Amino acid sequence: MPDLTLIEAVNLAMHSEMARDGDVVVLGEDIGRNGGVFRATVGLLDKFGPERVIDTPLAETLVAAMAIGLSTQGLRPVAEIQFSGFLYPCVDQVVNHAARYRNRTRGRMSCPLVIRAPNGGGIHAPEHHSESLETTFAHMPGLRVVAPSTPARAYGLLLAAIRDPDPVVFLEPTRCYRLFKQPVEDDGEALPLDACFVDREGGDLTLVSWGAMMHDTRQAADRLAEEGIAAEVIDVATLKPLDMDTILASVAKTGRCVIVQEAARAGGWASEISANLAEHGLLSLFAPVMRVSGYDTVMPLARLERAYLPDVERILAEVRKVFEIAPKS
Amino acid sequence: MCYTQFLDADGTASGELPDFARDAQELRAMYRLMVTTRLLDRRAVSLQRTGQLGTYASGLGQEAIGTAAGFALRDEDILIPAYRDYAAQFKRGVPLQNVLLYWAGDERGMAYEREPARHDFPLSVPIATQVPHAIGVAYAIRLRRQPRVVLACCGDGATSKGDFYEAISCAKVWDLPIVFLVSNNQWAISMPVARQTGAQTLAQKAIAGGMPGEQVDGNDVLATRHVLARAIARARDGGGPSLVEALTYRLHDHTTADDARRYRAEDEVQAAWARCPIKRYKAWLEAQGHWDAAAEGALAAEAAAEVEAAARAYLGQPADPPEAIFDSLYAELPRALRWQREQVRARGPLGDGH
Ligand SMILES: [Mg+2]
Repeated sequence: MPDLTLIEAVNLAMHSEMARDGDVVVLGEDIGRNGGVFRATVGLLDKFGPERVIDTPLAETLVAAMAIGLSTQGLRPVAEIQFSGFLYPCVDQVVNHAARYRNRTRGRMSCPLVIRAPNGGGIHAPEHHSESLETTFAHMPGLRVVAPSTPARAYGLLLAAIRDPDPVVFLEPTRCYRLFKQPVEDDGEALPLDACFVDREGGDLTLVSWGAMMHDTRQAADRLAEEGIAAEVIDVATLKPLDMDTILASVAKTGRCVIVQEAARAGGWASEISANLAEHGLLSLFAPVMRVSGYDTVMPLARLERAYLPDVERILAEVRKVFEIAPKS
Repeated sequence: MCYTQFLDADGTASGELPDFARDAQELRAMYRLMVTTRLLDRRAVSLQRTGQLGTYASGLGQEAIGTAAGFALRDEDILIPAYRDYAAQFKRGVPLQNVLLYWAGDERGMAYEREPARHDFPLSVPIATQVPHAIGVAYAIRLRRQPRVVLACCGDGATSKGDFYEAISCAKVWDLPIVFLVSNNQWAISMPVARQTGAQTLAQKAIAGGMPGEQVDGNDVLATRHVLARAIARARDGGGPSLVEALTYRLHDHTTADDARRYRAEDEVQAAWARCPIKRYKAWLEAQGHWDAAAEGALAAEAAAEVEAAARAYLGQPADPPEAIFDSLYAELPRALRWQREQVRARGPLGDGH
């Protein structure tokens, strides 16, 4: 089993699924001859040719709309948007059309498409390259929103996203593209799109996160373990639909929960999870659910992005508040 | 800019007419569709005025364009309509009552069952956003080497939007089999074309995309069908995309929720009535000996019965059970949403009112 980075796993999933299913096409800006700005589509053009690996003009609305058109004809388009901030022109197409065609035609039409984009900051990128858009899409009915955190999950979840009969927004953690390697088996096995992953078990505290923040969350759990606190770590992975059952079961066991998100705080997906915990898990909680998040600021440019991004210390600070209120007995 | 007109406002023909103009049966079928479409339109407005239909976007005065498009397309082609292209949709098998159902606020109005409408797009309310879908649809057609064409419809207002430009800008790059049909009815709600763009014509926007663009009298059903059929044939034969601007006039308010008297002069509307597409076509058909008072009487009765039947069918169709709002959202309702569906289902039918 080869050790792959997350971006290599994304690339492998597309190679694998394009070979398996002739209806899969990929499209986007600079994804063909150039292999993608992050190299996610390297080798696809040579292997599958220019008809299935489509270099589009520099027009994000068109990329999303074209994917919609392709998908209505039974193809399985995987569209790349280069940077998360450039997803905004796609919102109209994805929300007003992709997410609605099945419902408004009462099942006559469907849009089995995937829109892939890097998500989040931490790579000192230029302006508009570091935003976290998961909640923008997760709020919208008719979509699935996936945010993988490891190479193996990126591979398995992308296969699932391409095979899913409905539109999927697939947000890849930019900062983790080349952060670490992991063995990834090219076995064509998809992972479930309706389940959180319990990364590690623990009885004292539940840490919930997704995407790039999983990396810091795991490190925080390591630090807590050194202090004798056993954190259960949950990778939400699929934000919409949200598997609250797994999170509630964990909190029923631990009684403490901290949720970590990179996106701005107000109305983020951590808030949605927290509200669900208040509604369905309050009686098993020993302490308030705490959120670690980006601030309600515009995403800072590179020099100050570390002031914004949650990190291990900020996660630990919230965890300490929880244990101050509800000490480990 | 090329401009085609065969029938003037009085129905006097000029120029060499296309072959289909010799097929009397076909010509009468086109007339029937125009008349039936207008009658359904009137019925829809009266249903709305009497509180039996939601806001409705009338196609009054634009019946020739939809009719021409419907007759110019082949069954295997794909129609991406805007929201006043009713005649084209009827020709392709959308039942009349579906338009009423849709504007009553019922998704089943877009669940076309008959071919070829079954593989067409439903009408689109957001402006221009449906136009770039044609790029993907046509790309799929080309990928599969199918001899099919996409007709992407929009109005004059849509040509102000980026979605429109993103589509026409790249269609020629792949030589996609698309005809962009712009129904220029002179108004985008309260904005006349002269205040929408500095361009002299909307057809010339095709030049920016490197494709042919032309104008046609959209109130002349013979010319519009001819021009569309020619553009569609060219696209089918690998000649690539083109744009047709069909000049017409929105005789009704933008929708039943609008009052156009606030922003446009009544004499402009009266002048437009003199260019009515049905009146001139009927005059020409009569002059050709294809139509007479007896045929008109018979059609009036037939169309009235058909429209009444559609209105009755719509009015007699109860709303879906409330939990239907979940049932076509995804291929399979996600586990996480099942309790919401159950809550709606458990509350039972909505009862009278909305
Ligand atoms: Mg208009």
